[in-house]
Amino acid sequence: MASAAVPRRGMFARPTAKTGVWGWVTTVDHKKIGIMYGVTAFVFFILGGLEALAIRTQLAAPNQETLSADVYNQFFTMHGLTMIFLVVMPMGTALMNYFIPLMIGARDVAFPRLNALSYWVFLFGGLFLYSSFFLGGAPDGGWFGYAPLSTELPGPGMTFYAVGLQILGVASIAGAVNFIVTIINMRAPGMTFMRLPVFIWMTLVTSFLLLFALPVIAVALFQLMFDRVYEANFFNPAAGGDPLLWQHLFWLFGHPEVYIMILPAMGIVSDILPTFARKPIFGYAAIVFAGIAIGFMGWGVWAHHMFTSGLGPVANSAFALSTMFIAVPTGIKIFNWLGTLWGGDIRFTTPLLFAVGFVAMFVIGGLSGVTHSIVPHDAQQHDTYYVVAHFHYVLFGGAIFGIFAGLYYWWPKVFGRLLSEGLGKLHFWLMIIGFNLAFGPMHIYGLQGMPRRIYTYPDGMGWNFWNLVSTIGAFAIALSVLVFLGNVIVSRRRGEIAGADPWDGRTLEWSIPSPPPEYNFAEIPIVKRRDDWWYTKYTETPEGVPTPVHTGGVDVDDEDEDPGRHIHLPDPSYFPIVAAAGLPVTGYGVIYENPVLIAAGLVVTLLGLFGWVLEPSAEEGH
Amino acid sequence: MRIPNRVRNRTPLALAVAAAAFLGSACAEQAPQDVLAPEGWYAEKADDLWNLVFPIAVVIFFIVQALLIYALVRFRHRPGREAQQFHGNTKLEVVLTAIPALILAGIAVPTVRTVFELTNEPTENVLNVTVKAHRFWWEYQYPDLGLVTANELHIPTGQPVRVRLEGIPTDRVDSTAQVIHAFWVPRLAGKQDVVPGRVNYITLEADEPGIYAGQCTEFCGLGHAEMRLRVIAHDPEAFDEWARDLAEPASAPTDSLAREGERLFNEGQFPNGPPCVACHAVDATYEAGNEPQQAGPNLADFANRDTFAAAIFENTEENLAPWLRDPNAVKEGARMPALGLSEDQIRALIAYLQTLE
Repeated sequence: MASAAVPRRGMFARPTAKTGVWGWVTTVDHKKIGIMYGVTAFVFFILGGLEALAIRTQLAAPNQETLSADVYNQFFTMHGLTMIFLVVMPMGTALMNYFIPLMIGARDVAFPRLNALSYWVFLFGGLFLYSSFFLGGAPDGGWFGYAPLSTELPGPGMTFYAVGLQILGVASIAGAVNFIVTIINMRAPGMTFMRLPVFIWMTLVTSFLLLFALPVIAVALFQLMFDRVYEANFFNPAAGGDPLLWQHLFWLFGHPEVYIMILPAMGIVSDILPTFARKPIFGYAAIVFAGIAIGFMGWGVWAHHMFTSGLGPVANSAFALSTMFIAVPTGIKIFNWLGTLWGGDIRFTTPLLFAVGFVAMFVIGGLSGVTHSIVPHDAQQHDTYYVVAHFHYVLFGGAIFGIFAGLYYWWPKVFGRLLSEGLGKLHFWLMIIGFNLAFGPMHIYGLQGMPRRIYTYPDGMGWNFWNLVSTIGAFAIALSVLVFLGNVIVSRRRGEIAGADPWDGRTLEWSIPSPPPEYNFAEIPIVKRRDDWWYTKYTETPEGVPTPVHTGGVDVDDEDEDPGRHIHLPDPSYFPIVAAAGLPVTGYGVIYENPVLIAAGLVVTLLGLFGWVLEPSAEEGH
Repeated sequence: MRIPNRVRNRTPLALAVAAAAFLGSACAEQAPQDVLAPEGWYAEKADDLWNLVFPIAVVIFFIVQALLIYALVRFRHRPGREAQQFHGNTKLEVVLTAIPALILAGIAVPTVRTVFELTNEPTENVLNVTVKAHRFWWEYQYPDLGLVTANELHIPTGQPVRVRLEGIPTDRVDSTAQVIHAFWVPRLAGKQDVVPGRVNYITLEADEPGIYAGQCTEFCGLGHAEMRLRVIAHDPEAFDEWARDLAEPASAPTDSLAREGERLFNEGQFPNGPPCVACHAVDATYEAGNEPQQAGPNLADFANRDTFAAAIFENTEENLAPWLRDPNAVKEGARMPALGLSEDQIRALIAYLQTLE
């Protein structure tokens, strides 16, 4: 542990542990942080899933009394918040954290300690939000938190919402800055922008969206917090406030947020399909520019969430048009994925199945999305289960399938052992069947007029049968997640040893050992073309048939000594977790209107940042 | 793996049966809020757009999924197969970008036209209704008739009903900010939010007499699921008769129990609250400029209503008794207090309510 050579800076001696609990707590290694993000997000995935099961149990039949309206409202609110802010976003962040440096040929992210700060703020923000269940009730005004309901609901729930999301926003903004700088500045020599893996491109677009979208919601949440805690009137119409202000701010964040969740999955799929079709991605430039176009156009469609708010025919028509035309770049991506499979030599591995499942399900979500854009009929679909079906096809059939594709694909790189293909395929089939049973029927009973967010419904509405089917589907999904968990447990011990490149991959992460050494690359690679690692292994005959290169490929497992012992890496630090720990303290201060607690939290954060500033990123002399 | 011929031949049949069962069960059941079964011009205009766009979406769905499945089967790994190493095809990509753009443009034109058409204010033979949304019930005012009622909206058939959705800024029960609700009767028109401090409009029309179910569709708190409504469409003559009946004050109760109920309604001193009249009126008429401001639903003609408490309970003595005893026990979030009525008082009040016709 601590040795005499480690200098003391103010409060703490520099931590040196690389293993054990303190190794994780003080780590600034992007790979360990990525794993922590993934594990934490998975725990929240289980929690959000349990909430969904409770909801589906309540709705399995009419007039059920499993949940009261009060508990139901908390559960559907927390289900949405959990899956969006504590699962899909951080799962994406987990994969980005781990793989950005590996895919661009870097040894870490640009700001390793900021990266640790992001994680700890995310963890504390999530715990803060969930602590509300034990401290007077969880948020119960929907993830969308429409004012003035959100300002009027009694109990601390919506204050936890307003403060908790602000804390989580800090984590995401810090992460976004870090990833942007990393991708722009730390690419290996020769890794030009147009040679970046698509996942990296989509990460870059996502990070810019986060950077611009989160401040918008931060403003709205700050106003909501003041309305609730300090009797401000931003959204109170009786005092000159405006409920629609919240909606505009929320959806100006909320719609880019949808792309924040889906673009990383699109990136993952765009890297997996070429690997298992064993050919380059079809229309790389088109797929990249479509992603960028979605990023831009995503800012011009927010009011399609407000078609029934009374914006008037001109605004409604304008947003109908923008909503229709964002389908064009999305369509480009789908055609390019088909083109990538076309003519390939397709290996049906679990990652490929999930990636194909993503394409198939996302098409459905995209098409139902187009039907939302016909405003007069959207006035029928809005706030019904038809919309619930739509966004689950996008965010579960899309984002979650993409994430599982990524998990199966990159698991061997992270842990050195492959997940079981048999269990993986069982997981896939159970999940896609359960998913369609759960969410497919929602199209039907949505169009039969069943609204969202109702804790009960009467008999005789024609909704009984398909609701029961949805509930059965939800439990099938739960079963598939258990299969995944079993796969993880079995494979940790008995999984096949992966080696550096189990899938015959195309990108740089497959050129280094699994799991990668702390320094990632013993030698920073020099990149000569897109899919550089593939072309290190294969050349093409004049007919375009790939032929293995016998001299080029390096057997990376064959290192006889530690080549990285001279590589300088940033040292672990206590300060990120200290700085992060102050934020929930301040949060509780706001909840309990306790100025001392608010000040104490700010002092802790400031001290953490102070120590951080005085500490060099890496100690000299080792 | 080879599939035995017998099984393979039956697969399309099985699929067809499954598809028929799926569609059949979707349509066969009684679904009073089915948005695909419009019953008036305004709902039909929206449905026309759906009937244009949905088939296009279905066709695209089948094309894309068929291509995907074809690619997966045709290009699956087999010994000796080599992947073709092409990077793209600019001509094909341009075409495949242009086609969806053209389809979308084709959808956009009728969409925008319908948006404006539905916004047009009807000019002839219009019935005006003002809807005010409360936690968790609906108030309907007929400014042309000087009448007010609640939860069950009566309209004439064949006549556009211009609905003014007036968002009251302040809740009448506790003076906090009122929240957003949405007024929705799927078979007659799309939904529209009732936003505190703002005024929105929709127009609806029913072709045939009947009862049309609807409910609040903007999440409004504990009582959201149980904030339902009904629109009852009458032939124009029957509607006029209904309006005349509503305007007429109920005749004074004759039997002693109902008279006691009337006294309790107006003067009762209850353990946990004021008499009913503090929040409820039994006179449906009002003067322009002097709109009713009661905190609870107007109860004129209550005995003629099919339902109560925002159309969630059938209007029967068995349902009224528990409601009066403790509204929150039967409708979570209800804002009528449990007044601490005795069983005798409950009986008397029900008897009185049954005379309101």
